[in-house]
Amino acid sequence: MSGRDVLPTVIWPIVACALGVAALACVPFLFGDYGLSMAINIVSYTVLATAWSLFSGPTRYVSLATVAFFGIGAYTTAVFAESLPWVAVLAIAACLSVVVAAIVGLATLRLSGVYFVIFSLGLAELVRQLVTWWEVNKTRTLGRYVFTDITAAQIYWQLLGLAVLVFVAGFLIGRSRLGLALRAIGDDETVARHSGIDTTRAKVALFVLSTVFMTLAGAIMAPRWTYIDPAIAFNPVISFTVLIMALLGGVHRLYGPVMGVVPLALLFEFLLARFPNHFSIMVGLVFILIVYAIPRGIAGLVEQTVERTRRQPA
Amino acid sequence: MLLEVTLQGVTLGGMYALVAMGLTLQYGVARIMNLSYGELLIAAAFAALSFYSGLALSPLLGLLIVPPLAFVLSYAIYRILLQPLVRRAKTREALEVDSILATFGMLFVIQGIMLALFGGAYFSYSYLSFPLQIAGATVAANRLLALVLAVVIGVGLYLALTRTRLGTAVRAVAVDPVAAQLVAIDVRTASALAFALGGALVAAAGVLVSMFLTFNANLGVVFTLKALIVVIMGGVGNLLGALIAGLILGLVENYVAVFVDPGLTLAATYAIFLIVLLVRPQGLLGRAGR
Repeated sequence: MSGRDVLPTVIWPIVACALGVAALACVPFLFGDYGLSMAINIVSYTVLATAWSLFSGPTRYVSLATVAFFGIGAYTTAVFAESLPWVAVLAIAACLSVVVAAIVGLATLRLSGVYFVIFSLGLAELVRQLVTWWEVNKTRTLGRYVFTDITAAQIYWQLLGLAVLVFVAGFLIGRSRLGLALRAIGDDETVARHSGIDTTRAKVALFVLSTVFMTLAGAIMAPRWTYIDPAIAFNPVISFTVLIMALLGGVHRLYGPVMGVVPLALLFEFLLARFPNHFSIMVGLVFILIVYAIPRGIAGLVEQTVERTRRQPA
Repeated sequence: MLLEVTLQGVTLGGMYALVAMGLTLQYGVARIMNLSYGELLIAAAFAALSFYSGLALSPLLGLLIVPPLAFVLSYAIYRILLQPLVRRAKTREALEVDSILATFGMLFVIQGIMLALFGGAYFSYSYLSFPLQIAGATVAANRLLALVLAVVIGVGLYLALTRTRLGTAVRAVAVDPVAAQLVAIDVRTASALAFALGGALVAAAGVLVSMFLTFNANLGVVFTLKALIVVIMGGVGNLLGALIAGLILGLVENYVAVFVDPGLTLAATYAIFLIVLLVRPQGLLGRAGR
């Protein structure tokens, strides 16, 4: 490849992505309130699902704790949004998630994956009970009002910015030594360790990074609710939804999760409106269907089709 | 006071041990990490409640009806839903991930069905709720009965696994599925039986728990979590370890609930779990390795 050819292959994808983001940034001007709230929903789940697969994709460690971090972010906003500047609120949220994720990671990621899954299964419930206990005994309030002057459009733009950051981070990690180390761990952890990779450090580092994105998403989303209590902020259905979306899209590719987010966000919106009392049954069935029928997600299906057409040029 | 709290803790611990024994059969033998495990416990509790308040059947009779049903149901779930995953999986790790995902989906389906049927409210019924005096401490009769039955079931299971041919086969599969096949053990059947037996055990625990605890449709996950922690703490596949770990967890939880704050019981559970992970990840009676 000569110098003149490199330029277009690097520049054009970047220009295309920038144009795409700019087009998405216009959504608040083009659609009404309902369209905007759908867009916020989709972008926030895109951040969560992509951040989830950032860690769980290459390492194959299933994390069931998404909402623990999302909720920590939401609660940080609820507690500090009135007294501190917005940037400081986000910074506190990020710091909190680093601390919690580092504790969880250092305790469980030294060991085999099962310990991590078990720990993450109850983590949201643990944080929820601790927050409830603190609020009831120390501050004597359960449930808080979130008063900010942040508009829906501003929430959308912040989430969009966060989504861009997640993708950039994922892209860079995929091309770094860390990314290579993680793929090696996912393939065979023993081999990875024997070839000189500090597996624990790599896993903890990526876990912390992925949870920072989840926490920030929670912090940014909190003003949407105006009222939150521990049951709303730490609703386990969010962890479940993120997991389904990431798996449907395909976790082995950076662009995978978003392909699961869009159809499922629309489907869930429909199901929630039509069958509010049977929502979790339906979601559970959809999920089981995905696990059995398309284990590698839409991204896997796309790759399969491309492969097949390439092999037999008609 | 201390004796009373200890007795309550032992009852709770006995339940945890029973639940964990079932889980260690499912995870240790059938290699299925079943996240919908606790939902079956709550479903059994609801069944016992319906029998008692709807048909005026005693929970003891429920104990004869519900676990066999759960056995059949679990057997069907294993054969129909989980065996395809076992066949598909190339390694034990791959099966672990697949079973976690599939049973996580089942968790929401079962929970959703219970929410649709019973709503999110807390339920309990009063059966044998008169107090008994034991060595100066007061204990509700239903708690004592639950503890006695848990001991009977646990001992029965222990004898069945150590004293019979089928039990020995099941334990052999837990140790090494490939080697078990070499000595002419039908690994698939043994796995399916172990999984179904685990389901029957958790259903029995559900009936017993319903006699003295209030429960709701969302509580399954907490039981799954505690069962998993007890299994890890005792050493995967180790029944005696599960018993000891279950008792420790039940006692600590009850002490914290009574003497510190009932809102911190799960925090106490997690603290124990953290200590185990940091100090002895292979479990109290488990062997190092893997």
